[in-house]
Amino acid sequence: MSSPILEVSGLSMRFGGLLAVNGVNLQVKEKQVVSMIGPNGAGKTTVFNCLTGFYQPTSGSIRLNGEQIEGLPGHKIARKGVVRTFQNVRLFKDMTAVENLLVAQHRHLNTNYLAGLLKTPAFRKSEREAMEFAAHWLDQVNLTEFANRTAGTLAYGQQRRLEIARCMMTRPSILMLDEPAAGLNPRETDDLKALIRVLSDQHNVTVLLIEHDMKLVMSISDHIYVINQGTPLADGTPEQIRANPDVIKAYLGEA
Amino acid sequence: MSTSISKNLKTAIFSALLVLAVAYPVLGLKLSTVGIKLEVQGASPAVLWTIFGCSIAMFFWQLFRNHLSAAWSHAPKLPSMPGKASEFLTLPSTQRWIVLGLIVVALAWPFFGSRGAVDIATLILIYVMLGLGLNIVVGLAGLLDLGYVAFYAVGAYSYALLSFYFGLSFWICLPIAGLMAAFFGFILGFPVLRLRGDYLAIVTLGFGEIIRILLNNMTWLTGGPNGIGSIPKPTLFGLSFDRKAAEGMQTFHEYFGVAYNSINKVIFLYLIALLLVLLTLFVINRLLRMPIGRAWEALREDEIACRALGMNPTAIKLSAFTIGACFAGFAGSFFAARQGLVSPQSFTFIESAIILAIVVLGGMGSQLGIILAAIVMILLPELAREFNEYRMLMFGALMVLMMIWRPQGLLPMQRPHLELKQ
Repeated sequence: MSSPILEVSGLSMRFGGLLAVNGVNLQVKEKQVVSMIGPNGAGKTTVFNCLTGFYQPTSGSIRLNGEQIEGLPGHKIARKGVVRTFQNVRLFKDMTAVENLLVAQHRHLNTNYLAGLLKTPAFRKSEREAMEFAAHWLDQVNLTEFANRTAGTLAYGQQRRLEIARCMMTRPSILMLDEPAAGLNPRETDDLKALIRVLSDQHNVTVLLIEHDMKLVMSISDHIYVINQGTPLADGTPEQIRANPDVIKAYLGEA
Repeated sequence: MSTSISKNLKTAIFSALLVLAVAYPVLGLKLSTVGIKLEVQGASPAVLWTIFGCSIAMFFWQLFRNHLSAAWSHAPKLPSMPGKASEFLTLPSTQRWIVLGLIVVALAWPFFGSRGAVDIATLILIYVMLGLGLNIVVGLAGLLDLGYVAFYAVGAYSYALLSFYFGLSFWICLPIAGLMAAFFGFILGFPVLRLRGDYLAIVTLGFGEIIRILLNNMTWLTGGPNGIGSIPKPTLFGLSFDRKAAEGMQTFHEYFGVAYNSINKVIFLYLIALLLVLLTLFVINRLLRMPIGRAWEALREDEIACRALGMNPTAIKLSAFTIGACFAGFAGSFFAARQGLVSPQSFTFIESAIILAIVVLGGMGSQLGIILAAIVMILLPELAREFNEYRMLMFGALMVLMMIWRPQGLLPMQRPHLELKQ
């Protein structure tokens, strides 16, 4: 078996007296689609926030390709290839779709001031390549015709897709999606599923997913972690989770 | 009906008393110097009656406000721009043409305008430069900076001190002043840019005052409140515009064999200011279309999303702060050269407020708006010199009117969107 790309052990997050996350362990292998499920308020998003550096975890270790990343600021973790979307869409609403994608490539562009002021050939080339890369991904998420529309005016499902495309601009190795199917209709959810498949199969992206749509989770995941009230409850393949009595109890309550 | 009247009655009495309480000490009492003492004197009966009348008028207006506003709704409204014209005026392409037109006018201006007109135009250009610089910080990056005048002061004193102690010329000092101001922006930005909104505003406000007080108190270096005088004017490739050149220099009129005319100096200063403004416009236009310009926009819209995409918010804010400060430095060194004298009194908080007012009035982020706002803000007090005492009142009224009429500013900007060509 290949070694895990992301390895989390004993992750805990405490807000004052509240232990939001308690000893969560994750093992994510390359190109897998791994889901985290659990009732509302179970601490799934808090785990995401810890992994991406938005919170500093109280204890535990996070290893990305064997390198410890806990405690790093968010933008540094993102630069190591861990990129996320948010539960509520966070696009740059006044910018057009294609500009959203260009902004996300900031780190890969020619940001030399002199080159930009003089519009040197190298600068033009870098801008052109950025535009082509953005156009490619707009095509991938079926938004080419909306390229020059401001992001805020797009339909909700389109905004969701644009957000994923924007993440892909940073050439991530791990993509963390926080409830990507929330608010989508069944057809859009199917599109999303296909998109996630493409990401992991063709673009070598490992996907970490938080989702409440069980149909989606069960059909797409290689591995599922169940979290309840901040503590890990179970993990395994979709079949194992489906059959696990603890999980059923947590979701449906005691009989 | 009667309840609304009785409800209004309270407001009406309160408003009337407020008018009395505010207007009587301000207008009804006068301080006058008698020998070495100050004496409080009452104003003339006419003034007192006017105040009283205003108070009564306020009382009735508040009392019958509902009826009046109903009647008012039939009256013609404030002229507001039709939607289409407004849309057209905010298009980037339209604004670019208007800016080009303004530049042509500006180029022709000194050769037709009187000496005074050129002088005022030079002052306006300084404020255009300051407005454009602050616009990077406030309008584009969304960081409220109330101490912008500090960088202006740094630029002015950089030139003044370098020329006073080392005899360096304007053209050498101009880039140095810009760099010094940028350096100060960097130093200040480093610790404070983790603050947000109100907190950032307060810290920058404090910084502005600190610089001014330092300049005031470091008498051994800056001459304290007396400032530094007789700062040399810029030269044209070594040609001075004075009547008589210093040793080893030549004057402009001797070299070209024309009669000495003091207006040449004014025009030359004006053209330098224009050149600096054009440079500023050019640089900012390019910056807007560069990755860093997009990053500023993005940061203003959603800092968290920026972080999640691997952009370092502190570095991006710092770049806006530094570049903005740099332009203030240029403006400052030019200001020092034009005045020939710098003193801390030129760099009070009110200057920061005026520059910020120019940015807000013009429409955040809009370059054309800032140019127009600078013209209004500088020209208005110059035209209405008799009302000098009421200058702040006029600014206040202007701001209130703008908030009602055009809260988005004179000419807000539609960003130049990058288009994907299909």
